[in-house]
Amino acid sequence: MGLKDKLHDFKVKNKNKKWLPAFSAIHTFLFLPDETTHGGTHIKAADDLKRTMNTVILAMIPCLIFGMFNAGYQHHLALGDIQAASSGFFSSEFWTLDNLTVGLWKILPLVIISYGVGLGIEFLFAILKGHEVEEGYLVTGMLVPLIVPVDIPLWMLAVAVAFGVVIGKEVFGGTGMNILNPALTIRAFLFFAYPTWMSGDKVWVHGAVARDKAIAAGQNLDAISGETILGTLAQGKDVAYSAADMFLGFIPGSVGETSALLILLGGLFLIFTKIGSWRIMLSSVIGAVVMGVIFNQIATAGIVTESSKFYGLMSAPFWEHLIIGGFAFGTVFMATDPVTASQTTRGKWIYGFLVGFISILIRVFNPAYPEGVMLAILLMNVFAPTIDHYVVQGNVKRRLKRVKVKTA
Amino acid sequence: MGLLSKKDAALIKDPLADNNPITIQVLGICSALAITAQLEAAIVMSFSVLFVLGIGNVVISLMRNIIPSKIRIIVQLIVVAALVIIVDQVLKAFAYELSKTLSVFVGLIITNCIIMGRFEAFALGNGPWRSFLDGIGNAAGYGVILIIVAFFRELLGAGTLLGFPVLGDPIEKTGLYAFGYENNGFMLLAPMALIVVGIIIWIQRTKNKALVEDH
Repeated sequence: MGLKDKLHDFKVKNKNKKWLPAFSAIHTFLFLPDETTHGGTHIKAADDLKRTMNTVILAMIPCLIFGMFNAGYQHHLALGDIQAASSGFFSSEFWTLDNLTVGLWKILPLVIISYGVGLGIEFLFAILKGHEVEEGYLVTGMLVPLIVPVDIPLWMLAVAVAFGVVIGKEVFGGTGMNILNPALTIRAFLFFAYPTWMSGDKVWVHGAVARDKAIAAGQNLDAISGETILGTLAQGKDVAYSAADMFLGFIPGSVGETSALLILLGGLFLIFTKIGSWRIMLSSVIGAVVMGVIFNQIATAGIVTESSKFYGLMSAPFWEHLIIGGFAFGTVFMATDPVTASQTTRGKWIYGFLVGFISILIRVFNPAYPEGVMLAILLMNVFAPTIDHYVVQGNVKRRLKRVKVKTA
Repeated sequence: MGLLSKKDAALIKDPLADNNPITIQVLGICSALAITAQLEAAIVMSFSVLFVLGIGNVVISLMRNIIPSKIRIIVQLIVVAALVIIVDQVLKAFAYELSKTLSVFVGLIITNCIIMGRFEAFALGNGPWRSFLDGIGNAAGYGVILIIVAFFRELLGAGTLLGFPVLGDPIEKTGLYAFGYENNGFMLLAPMALIVVGIIIWIQRTKNKALVEDH
């Protein structure tokens, strides 16, 4: 008898045990999908929920690896150990073992905590409720370490993950039933609960907080400042990074969000595999561009002068907004979440457009919340069902009209 | 039971758990969100409501046969308003700092749905003694939830209870803070009060399945 049969027998034998969902989860994950299509009219395809999830994770892996190198790079750069990367994407200053070691040391624990706590809660709820473990957390667990600052204390992450999974997802009924994107719920929780660890100029570069403490303790050292570009712009200061740096990702920021290039590749991969909706991504970019151009026009027309606190962000060229901060990452990996986004085709256009539009709006008008995209996506998550409702009703009305015309 | 008959005792006991005004009837939520960031404010609020609802129920019950039903809401409002003003003045006289923290929310007891709800649903149809018990019971049920919510919000949000630091000093880094613990600022914002109330509702209905509504 092969291993597969033995496992199946084991499953049948322990059918009524309470812990069986936990076993089945691992079993189905490694060997076969929970449920395969059977009978009648089904489209036969190999992509079940697990494959969908794994594809998204695959698309994020480059961002994660880049994030590890970048964590080390920013750290060493701030300490003055190395020169700034100057020769494009493959700069030898960037891809060093030193950088990777720092990154691994800082980011692997984030990944482990995120998956450990999140999956722990998923298993717990599966056993309590007696259903199979759902795969939804696989993507969330990878998203979370990518959207937090590198120096975030691990216990805070654990608390936030527990909150996000329970309140953001399990209370609604688990994977597929949640209203809000769980990864963003986790980030929003962190943002409002521990603002000093989620914004400002100290948290984005590993070592900056520790250095501050050493200075406060009386050591004679230079402070490290690792402000994000959004933070710099909000204060109306000049940005020290070139557009190429912003696009390639050699800038401070949340772990996985800095490299617009790799996010773009990930996005193309998602579109190519038909996992992510290109409509949402495209319309979100259009929305951001429209808002950005409006602000640029206001700034050049002189309606808002340089003395205004909004001037810095308003006058930043509209294309720059696309490659700084979390906009690209949010648009590609989080706005496209099939559960919380709009489902209808026209709804997706409206939803995506508003995500981009509101992101830039919040960025510019509320410097206290520099990461507008997080709040914009959460807001649109709430409105997605409403958008769908009106799209569907509109369609029903149009078709009813057609029926009436025919009968008349 | 010597003092109270079984039926009367139920008037006090039911609102504490199985017919709680906040978690079951979902009344009085607004003030539960607004003043539960501090335990002290929540306790004072609970006692204010206890006073207003206890006395108010008796007054309305005594007048129930002479109030014309068309203007009963106005009469009820006048009774509540009079009682609330008494509470407000007493607080201003003897606990001025606290009355500043509570600010408009003492005045807003007038609009607390629990009070009008009990007047309408109970005091207008029952004798003064039973109305009194009902008022006390419902106010206590309201107060219990308020105090539970405020306990967690103040403990986790500010690290204090009734203003006393119980987790150590966040600036001097003593106690829990020495290990890197930090206060959860989210707990002090109103949405978190809603979530804490939600969790209480969740736990209560998990324990007593009979309370789960059918949909």
